[in-house]
Amino acid sequence: MSQIRALIVDDSSVMRKIVERSLRQAGLDLCKVMEAGNGAEALGILDTNPVDLILSDINMPVMDGLEFVRQLQTVEKLRGVPVVMITTEGSESNVVQALSLGAKGYIRKPFTPDQVKEHVLPVLGL
Amino acid sequence: MTPFSETSLPAVVFDRTTWTPLLELSAREVFEIMLSTRLSAFGDSADCNDGEFTALVGLAGSLCGVLRIRCNDQAARTMASKMLGMPPEEVDNDSWDALGEIANMIAGNFKGKLSGVGNHCMLSVPTIIVGSDYETRSLGGGNMIEVVFEFEGKPLWVTLELHE
Repeated sequence: MSQIRALIVDDSSVMRKIVERSLRQAGLDLCKVMEAGNGAEALGILDTNPVDLILSDINMPVMDGLEFVRQLQTVEKLRGVPVVMITTEGSESNVVQALSLGAKGYIRKPFTPDQVKEHVLPVLGL
Repeated sequence: MTPFSETSLPAVVFDRTTWTPLLELSAREVFEIMLSTRLSAFGDSADCNDGEFTALVGLAGSLCGVLRIRCNDQAARTMASKMLGMPPEEVDNDSWDALGEIANMIAGNFKGKLSGVGNHCMLSVPTIIVGSDYETRSLGGGNMIEVVFEFEGKPLWVTLELHE
């Protein structure tokens, strides 16, 4: 498995750490993990740091996850980066909206490491 | 987040008999999945002063109100420790953050269990209150469900207050 650069976007630092641990438990070889507390902060990081995978919460202050995904699609170099949403907002309308905006997957909190593996590996083609 | 108008909201009728076990189940699932901990009912009458940390998550839409969880410092620290897989003494401000995330997940899990509500109810980001000497007053009147669990020998209150 090749090395993965991941960006985890969540306003909870605890959740960011849990997601990182789950990615490692899924067997991903993470060579670089970056963290952001909201979508705007994430866009700033992505401006200068290429990544292979983004995991993002939806319900965040400043810029929520749906707007973040929408903004990603407007930047050519970021359009192809796979995004998986991880959120408590597991309503069908949010799932449909996130996927229609360009997200490749959706994990609902609370989640097990196995669920992270099941949803993340396919979007990386693994 | 999908906006919705009040006129499009489905009618939700408060049902304590059905909702109380759903709230209990929502909390139990979050603790089992994220903390590998099984919650049990708190046997003795819980001392309200033993809840110096409170996490609040607002609900808006077809359900309007607040979900609140309360516990003491030691319990909050243990929760963060179990979520992060680190010793409790290494947990710092993470205990507040963990409590807020747990409240958020319980609220999300609960609304997802109510048929037809999930798409029409939004959650706020969590707010943390430190200290036990406070009162909450709902301006909307309404209904309340409270369940008290035992977590690591200490009480853990999960309260849902809904506006009429």
